[in-house]
Amino acid sequence: MKKNRAKILAYPYMVWMIIFIVIPLFLVLFYSLTKGNIHDPSSLSFSLESYARVFDRNYLTSIVKSFKLAFISTLLCFFLGYPVALIIATIKAKYKNILLMFFLVPIWMNFLLRTYAWMSILSPNGFLNRLLSFLGLPALSIMPGQTAVLLGMIYNFLPFMVLPIYTVLSKIDKSVLEAASDLGANKIGTFFKVILPLSVPGIVSGITMVFMPAVSTFVISRLLGGGKESLIGNLIEEQFSLYRDWHFGSALSIILMIVILISMAVMSRFESDNDNGGAPIW
Amino acid sequence: MKKKCMLFLSCITILIGLTVLSGCNSDKVVLNIFNWGEYIDPELLVKFEKETGIRVNQDLFETNEHMLAKLEGGGSYYDVIFPSDYVIEEMIKKDMLQKIDFNNVPNFKYVGDRFKNLNYDPTNEYSVPYFWGTLGILYNTEMVDEEVDSWDILWDEKYAGQILMLDSMRDTIGVALRKLGYSVNTTDPEILEQAKNLLIQQKPLVNGYYVDEIKDMMINGDAALALNWSGSAMDIYWEGADYIKFVVPKEGANLWFDCMVIPKTSKHKKEAEMFINFMLDPENAYQNSLYVGYVSPVTEAFERIMQENPEIADMDAYNPSDEVLDNCEVFIDLGDARPLFNNVWTEKKYAE
Repeated sequence: MKKNRAKILAYPYMVWMIIFIVIPLFLVLFYSLTKGNIHDPSSLSFSLESYARVFDRNYLTSIVKSFKLAFISTLLCFFLGYPVALIIATIKAKYKNILLMFFLVPIWMNFLLRTYAWMSILSPNGFLNRLLSFLGLPALSIMPGQTAVLLGMIYNFLPFMVLPIYTVLSKIDKSVLEAASDLGANKIGTFFKVILPLSVPGIVSGITMVFMPAVSTFVISRLLGGGKESLIGNLIEEQFSLYRDWHFGSALSIILMIVILISMAVMSRFESDNDNGGAPIW
Repeated sequence: MKKKCMLFLSCITILIGLTVLSGCNSDKVVLNIFNWGEYIDPELLVKFEKETGIRVNQDLFETNEHMLAKLEGGGSYYDVIFPSDYVIEEMIKKDMLQKIDFNNVPNFKYVGDRFKNLNYDPTNEYSVPYFWGTLGILYNTEMVDEEVDSWDILWDEKYAGQILMLDSMRDTIGVALRKLGYSVNTTDPEILEQAKNLLIQQKPLVNGYYVDEIKDMMINGDAALALNWSGSAMDIYWEGADYIKFVVPKEGANLWFDCMVIPKTSKHKKEAEMFINFMLDPENAYQNSLYVGYVSPVTEAFERIMQENPEIADMDAYNPSDEVLDNCEVFIDLGDARPLFNNVWTEKKYAE
């Protein structure tokens, strides 16, 4: 009886999901497999043309570039984020909340606004270069370019790496660590043999949470890449907003989705088989 | 307890659904306009609401192509849109526009005759001009010593990394075509191939391809040269950045007209016409032109601004000479040749 009631509570969400996620997904699949005028259903016919177009050399380079940049930014987020998560998890409660706030407050601000802020910091005559010239140092030409795009990605997505790892770390039972030290493990040994393996679920969800938005972003690459570092996200966005080619845009989206699903499947194999059923996000 | 909780949850879901679906539920007519960024004085929207009781809700687009893509995607509810010449031509062909009842737009008489019955709307039934201008080069006189009079300077390696181009397909391809000595409306594949190569060759010199960001970047000194519309130059001028100058190169450029149109999907045609009429009122056109910086086709407003600021009378950006204008062309709808242009643009964008 109780179980049924709980189910009823989930109905609004399920309806929501079917209307706004499941049906649109099938529409994307449908458009990717057809050609013709989208406003005239009778002109639509089955075609794999859109998928064939993806293998254009220019498009492939930009897809490879997207994965490369997403991979690098995920890696850097991990190496920057893990120590931070560890510090937040182990620091005195008094400071913990302040540190957490540092990571949460920027998320409250609009994502676009934050990226525009980076533009004025990194632009040729921007804040950074003015500071450098004030200090008598040579100017840097970071923006537009891949470095600027990477910086933008890392800044925007770092909290998504830190928070899940922090959650997992703060849940580790202190007695496990005491046991490790009782059995003669030093701090480094405890970290690599106990803490790191126990935090794998957090790492996995952190990596997924950073990699997915990084590989599909188009705002960061457009603003900080100056329209010269076009990624797969830009390619998809242009099909809908500029060329009015829904078929090709859908095919690209499906391919991106498949690649992400595969990488998530691979990632989940690394996950420890604990009973929590996947890693908590927050 | 649980029941209450469920009731609460359902209420929230229904409420969210209702807000999303209905938008606004008061009796007041809300006019939805779809406009370029920073392209209207917000005070005029307040004034219009005070005079007529009609609230104006504004959405923004960055290029004509983005606007059209959104409109063709369906589900839009706009009452007044501000497209350029060649797009109006396409929209008329595709039967996307309503004929304007000019009896409701008496202020149309204030519009200069040379802005009426233009090629994109030969009988002038669908559109009312809003702003007009040319395309040219913005340059920072502190960073560029030489005289700027040719598109060639945008390909000069001396300025590598200091050039901004417009992330707008027709404008940027048009420049390459004019530089090669052809019309901006060329659809010959071989010539377009040459234009493509020219743009790819230019890419390493370009700092970035932007639209709305260019103005601020130029004022900030982030770049020395930029492709932009004459109105942006006026806007920069009114802001007092006198180190930025504007020129229409001798090879010629694009002459454009941004207009107000009423799409077929509009349910408030009468209110839309009231709005168009309001914007043509010389006093309002004057205020709008000063705020936005772009040049008004309403003769009285145009001349009043020039009388108050005599120094702008010989500026290309405000009052281009006949010589300059004769050298400029208006874009025409590409029709079936659109894929050719799309192809040039993608190849340019994804070339390494």
